[in-house]
Amino acid sequence: MDIQAILSAATGGHGAVNPYAAIAYLVSGILFILALRGLSSPATAQNGNRFGMIGMAIAVVTTMLTHTPVGADGLLDTISLVEILVAIGIGAVIGIVMARKIAMTAMPQLVAAFHSLVGLAAVAVAAAAYLNPGAFGIADAAGQIHTVSRVEMGLGIAIGAITFSGSVIAFLKLNGNMSGSPIMLPGRHVINLGTLAAIVALTAWFTQDQSPWVFWTITGLSFLIGFLLIIPIGGADMPVVVSMLNSYSGWAAAAMGFTLGNTAMIITGALVGSSGAILSYIMCRAMNRSFISVIAGGFGADAAAGDGGSKEQRPWKPGSADDAAFLMSQAENVIIVPGYGMAVAQAQHALREMGDLLKKEGVNVKYAIHPVAGRMPGHMNVLLAEANVPYDEVFELEDINGEFAQCDVAFVIGANDVTNPSAKTDKTSPIYGMPVLDVEKAKTVLFVKRSMGGVGYAGVDNDVFYMDQTMMLLGDAKKMADDIVKALNGGGH
Amino acid sequence: MDFIAIFSIFILACFVGYFVVWSVTPALHTPLMSVTNAISSVIIVGALIASAAAGSASSKWLGLAAVVMASINIFGGFAVTSRMLAMYKKKGR
Repeated sequence: MDIQAILSAATGGHGAVNPYAAIAYLVSGILFILALRGLSSPATAQNGNRFGMIGMAIAVVTTMLTHTPVGADGLLDTISLVEILVAIGIGAVIGIVMARKIAMTAMPQLVAAFHSLVGLAAVAVAAAAYLNPGAFGIADAAGQIHTVSRVEMGLGIAIGAITFSGSVIAFLKLNGNMSGSPIMLPGRHVINLGTLAAIVALTAWFTQDQSPWVFWTITGLSFLIGFLLIIPIGGADMPVVVSMLNSYSGWAAAAMGFTLGNTAMIITGALVGSSGAILSYIMCRAMNRSFISVIAGGFGADAAAGDGGSKEQRPWKPGSADDAAFLMSQAENVIIVPGYGMAVAQAQHALREMGDLLKKEGVNVKYAIHPVAGRMPGHMNVLLAEANVPYDEVFELEDINGEFAQCDVAFVIGANDVTNPSAKTDKTSPIYGMPVLDVEKAKTVLFVKRSMGGVGYAGVDNDVFYMDQTMMLLGDAKKMADDIVKALNGGGH
Repeated sequence: MDFIAIFSIFILACFVGYFVVWSVTPALHTPLMSVTNAISSVIIVGALIASAAAGSASSKWLGLAAVVMASINIFGGFAVTSRMLAMYKKKGR
């Protein structure tokens, strides 16, 4: 087999394109579209995921066939080939072990860690292309990189580096290695805008002068700006940040796709980029925060301190697990409103057991999920699915909000801000305008909460606690759910 | 391929992405993020080209490092997505 001949026909860059390879990349791009399309329903999602795997296999095999390592003698370079296969193998083992072991509550951290890897891989590929432009088909005869490719490369490395350092900070905050409270540098807007301007200016300069210092300064500044952009963003805004970094990782792949003239990378980059952007938009809307204000950061910095002192003591009604069990077993319709506190307490299994027992008593049980109930888009749905809650009992905010008025009991567990009616009425409230679940319309509200002292992320008091029809169930979410299950079992005899 | 052809594909793919992603059910937004994570590692294509090319040792090692990182993402991303999707069950036991 004359590998040299195949290679010369198959330069992936702006030179001659192997038509078979081009079609293979197009097919894998289409399979990626189908992978996302499958997610329109849980019934088709597994198939979609398989399409994604096939698409990736096609892209990898095509690249390895058209870019087989060749030694100086024109024959197959076995050592290089083995090195590549070992590299894939190492990645496969690490990836699969991580995927198997990760707890579902820790999904946001895992996704942030994966984003950082995409970012760093993009930086490594861009740097490799810069050091060996001939191999990527982006250099002219004199070894000068094409002007268009330099712009694409500059963009790729900047977005990749921002994705990497931003995701590392997001990971540390989500994983609790770093405080979730925003870190505000003095004059940070000036520093950030200055750094961004410098990156743009250097990328423009790079088109004229491809010296190493320009390239590596762009890289360094981009790492820095990713770090600076994420440290002032508070824990409450992390769902937006994770979505935003998802988007960036897509744009980084697209930029490298432009450099290599590779349709699979461009289609994927565009898909992932739009996906992340849409998720960021949905998360911002769910919190009634503008994208700009999230980026500017600082949310949740001192809200708790500002509210704590002035809070008046209002009467509230305590209740026990037995009361809750009795009320719910007598009810016709119960809507369960889980929040992140429920997941932290690992109460989802006990909660599902409670739901099952109520259903056995003939109660109609539904779950209501606010878009920001978890730490990332759709997080709460995964946690409930893990606890074997059927997905057709779980409803999104806009689908179930009208039903609270007809329901007998709203059971709020580990959620707070997302049920606060002041978001609808109090213009001075920090969460004013945020869409909330109308639990106050239910005949009875059972509110599971650790203590009366603590407040949610936004640091605001919740009027629901003090309403006549509300019974506060103080205690750990898991313990409370377990006790209710016990009471329900006891009552059955 | 010339820039305009590639750019056209990119813009059209953005529109496809827009419509496909809005049709994803909110219940599956977390698997959406993990699967987009896996497919954005198609950047492995660039990493494979760099690690197979002769001419620059540092370029090759950067490529191999990128292959490892992208593979973690590909295998990890698809595996964790599949693990999550297997949990979604309908009513009626």
